[in-house]
Amino acid sequence: MAEFFHMGGYALYVWGSFGATALLMIAEPLLLRSRSRQIRQRIMRLARLEQAAQQ
Amino acid sequence: MASGFVNWFKFSSPATFYPVARTIGRSAAVIAVILIAIGLYMSFFVAPTDYKQGEGYRIIFVHVPASWMSMFIYVVMAIWAALGLIFNTRLSAMMAQSLAPTGAIFAFLSLWTGSFWGKPMWGTWWVWDARITSELLLFFLYLGYMALRSAFDDPRRGDRASAILLLVGVVNVPIIYYSVQWWNTLHQGATIKLGEESTMDDTMLIAMLIMTLGFWAYSIAVAMMRLRNVILERERSAGWVRQMAGEGL
Repeated sequence: MAEFFHMGGYALYVWGSFGATALLMIAEPLLLRSRSRQIRQRIMRLARLEQAAQQ
Repeated sequence: MASGFVNWFKFSSPATFYPVARTIGRSAAVIAVILIAIGLYMSFFVAPTDYKQGEGYRIIFVHVPASWMSMFIYVVMAIWAALGLIFNTRLSAMMAQSLAPTGAIFAFLSLWTGSFWGKPMWGTWWVWDARITSELLLFFLYLGYMALRSAFDDPRRGDRASAILLLVGVVNVPIIYYSVQWWNTLHQGATIKLGEESTMDDTMLIAMLIMTLGFWAYSIAVAMMRLRNVILERERSAGWVRQMAGEGL
């Protein structure tokens, strides 16, 4: 196990590459999902305000 | 061939494509997770240690797919930009807009992982080599496109101006691709060439191709997620969005 993480002395370079890639490729969809929630909430709030104004 | 005729223009309406994007995005996400899981397993446990570069070479399993995707996404964006200019369809520009941040991320990762490969193999984090410099330019083209598009108050004007930037910048893609042949660069030549036998071990090649397909599916998945956000934001005053909002979005 330790040998695996050691990567034959290239640990910093191998994990630095895979780590950065994993970080960005996990963060991107998560950020998009929270953004989607924000947008939908804002649109629904506006729709409710409009409905209230009409009544 | 009337039976095989699909009215593609029907799909060019953001309202029609909005639910379709969800289906495409979800399927692509499932495919991406499966392919990347297999690809990662192969990258670390199936592909043998390189006789010259030891374990350090494993960086190529993310470096090469990220670099290919950074170029491929740019070309796809340029095609959408051209379609948008020709047919004046809103969805085309939205497609390009939705791909840009993902392309920028891959261009950045290409440079980052290249740097982490260069340090142990070449002894330097960075060099102003033809391929690396043109890839850096690609990263700036992505950022420039995003900045230009959002600088206009009227999004349709932003679409047109940024489409032209995309089309002009596309000349950089073949420069990146052929840079290792045209100039004497520090970056190594292509290992995989069209129409020639590869000089790589089969399992290495397969792992790299699976990772590439995985990144490709990932790009479709996140682009569709972003497209749905873009459509909602840009069409928020349209009747169909308001109607959906009334039903609880």
